[in-house]
Amino acid sequence: MSATSAPMALPPAAPPAPRRQLLVATTLGCVAGTMLIGGMLAIWVLLRERALDVSDRFPLDYIIHEVATNVMLMTVWALCLFAQWAVFAANRGDRAHTALALGVTGVFALAYINGQAFVWSQMGVEIADEGYGALFYAMTGTMVAVVAAGMLFTVVAAFRALSGRLQETEILSAHALFWYWVAGAYSALWFVVYVTK
Amino acid sequence: MTTIDTRPDDAVAADDASPSVAEATVVGAFDWVTTTDHKRIGRLFAGAGLLVLLATAALGLVLGLERADDTNTVVDADALLQMFQMYRVGIVLGGLVPLALGLAVAVVPLQLGARSIAFPRVALTGFYAWLGGFALAMIALARNGGMGGGDNNMVDLFLAGVGLSVLGLIATAGCVATSVLTTRAPGMTMRRVPLFSWSSLIGALGMLIALPVVFGAVIYLFIDHRLGISANFGGVEGMGPWLGWAFSVPAVVIFALPGIGVAAELIPVTFKARQALRPVTFAGIALVGVAAFAAATQVAVHDVTFDASGETFIRGAPPWLLFTGLPVLGLTIVLLLGLLTIKNGLADGRPSVRAPFVFSFFGLLMIVVGVLATFVMGITDLELVAPDMALVTAFEEGATLYVVYGTVLGVMGGLVYWAPKLWGRVVPDKQVLPLALLGLLGTVLASAPLLIAGFLDQLGGVPSSDAEVQGLLATGQVDGAALWNTLSLVGHGLMALTVLAFVGLLLKVATSDAGEVDDNPYGGHTAEWGTPSPAPADNFEHVVTVASAEPQFDLTLEGSQS
Repeated sequence: MSATSAPMALPPAAPPAPRRQLLVATTLGCVAGTMLIGGMLAIWVLLRERALDVSDRFPLDYIIHEVATNVMLMTVWALCLFAQWAVFAANRGDRAHTALALGVTGVFALAYINGQAFVWSQMGVEIADEGYGALFYAMTGTMVAVVAAGMLFTVVAAFRALSGRLQETEILSAHALFWYWVAGAYSALWFVVYVTK
Repeated sequence: MTTIDTRPDDAVAADDASPSVAEATVVGAFDWVTTTDHKRIGRLFAGAGLLVLLATAALGLVLGLERADDTNTVVDADALLQMFQMYRVGIVLGGLVPLALGLAVAVVPLQLGARSIAFPRVALTGFYAWLGGFALAMIALARNGGMGGGDNNMVDLFLAGVGLSVLGLIATAGCVATSVLTTRAPGMTMRRVPLFSWSSLIGALGMLIALPVVFGAVIYLFIDHRLGISANFGGVEGMGPWLGWAFSVPAVVIFALPGIGVAAELIPVTFKARQALRPVTFAGIALVGVAAFAAATQVAVHDVTFDASGETFIRGAPPWLLFTGLPVLGLTIVLLLGLLTIKNGLADGRPSVRAPFVFSFFGLLMIVVGVLATFVMGITDLELVAPDMALVTAFEEGATLYVVYGTVLGVMGGLVYWAPKLWGRVVPDKQVLPLALLGLLGTVLASAPLLIAGFLDQLGGVPSSDAEVQGLLATGQVDGAALWNTLSLVGHGLMALTVLAFVGLLLKVATSDAGEVDDNPYGGHTAEWGTPSPAPADNFEHVVTVASAEPQFDLTLEGSQS
């Protein structure tokens, strides 16, 4: 490296305070996720309209286990509560409650996946039977993948927060934001797939 | 380590013993494939994008030969569907997007005064996901896969490959957007962000809006085809309308934003003036990003009919004006304010018109033509599209090529402009300038004849069945089609030649003796020109303070006044 002229240097500065990089990235991830779920739901609605146009009622004769789907809805909103609890506890430096909140978050996420598996088994939709099957498993399967990603986020946040970085609450805030988004996304899915079918 | 920390001086701990050539090669290659230096990741993206572009331009030439020849005997008929898809998918997903995104990854953190891109490992993973996914998609196409392919496994592999590469691009776009939002140097408010970084932010946000929609469609198509009974989307031959929009205008306009940003950045630099009405220029660039929402509607054409009663017009006009009109308005603003900046610059002194400006300005003009053509295409009275039958004419391909090749020219200008920071070399104007002219000629010849052929009712679009390919090749019934398709294939050939020569020149310059390189050879206005050439691993020796939108320009003015 060499230069014919010394660069006209800009004045040096003290390193700036971090600008909540993880939180911003999570927000952008949630925007992308909204477009993913929103785009898929839009296709779902379009295909349902087309099916109705030819007098072939869309979900055919499958019976949706509404108790389980409603409990899953409550579960995702409860997840927000627990994730926010973790932020609250970490802000107070309360390690025990942070661990408990993150643990419960993980368990509830697992409960969501369990609930979805139950719905799949109860409905008995054959993926290769009707057109509906492929759409149903694509939509609900994507949501399960999102929740599984959230569980991974919970594990990473727990390791970061509980291994001595309790005061760095940004990851917990980002984690809570993610679950708020999941709750919104599942609410939309619940309404379109399970309520209006 | 955060993006603003100083990296420990590894050189102190380095072994003094000089390695052998073989060891140095292995270590060097390992450093490249595992790099977290954004400048290298960006160059990996751009290099791969240029190579794919070269291949797809050559493919465009071959397909042009097929269309110009009435007998359609140049290529094996069984391979045509896959070749058309290789060309259309390759030119956008394999060429345009990585090229534009790669330049953003390489340059944006430098412009922001940051030491690194946000989440560099995610950006590198994004590169490998894109590369792997794209390679899988091409392998699948080569083995009778793709939309409408005859081998079911290869159809699935194609969808999986497209999905993987889209995921990689989403991840990298997220890194670029996060960088602009969080890693700016002290004093660099959002209003002081350089124009290229701003356009990269808008482009990255556009990708975060549009590409997940592509991914969602891929999930549906894959599960429906792989595990279902292909009942929902019209089987393999019905996949085109669900996926083809992603490789066509207006969706591709989002990927053109970094190319527009290079031109916006270079106009004030070339004419040694401050950008006129900077916030309005920002708004203009953001308006172009509205194309992202057009893409998210998953519709290739937002059409409008000028009927006597006005009923159909009122129904079609809002989406048409919103999704295709606003990008035209945005580009008009950028162009007019660029001309105003040129006027101001000419009044104050002598401009320094160099190769990067010529490339990027030509690119901007080509993108403007492409976006205007997209706007015109929606007017059904012109019969360039038949939305009810999901048919488009060759006009669509012409508009897409204007945007794609225009962006390529813009990005080439950017690579030449920032070469001192990326390679520590200045690309000689005399050698690279003819390529700008050749590229302009190639773009016009490849695109404009297809616009004319569209008016003559030659069919176009992204085919997903052999019947659609036959429609594309039925040029014998179109008056003068042979001439227009011949001109277009010449354009593709010239573009391939331009890319080949450009890659060769870059390689030659990058591997030549460094010599003495000025740190600001083009008189750049922004923060990156305050660091040595080439930029060190952490970009800046110290975190810099920025007090205006053109900090280096301010220093130059201060220097000339004192």
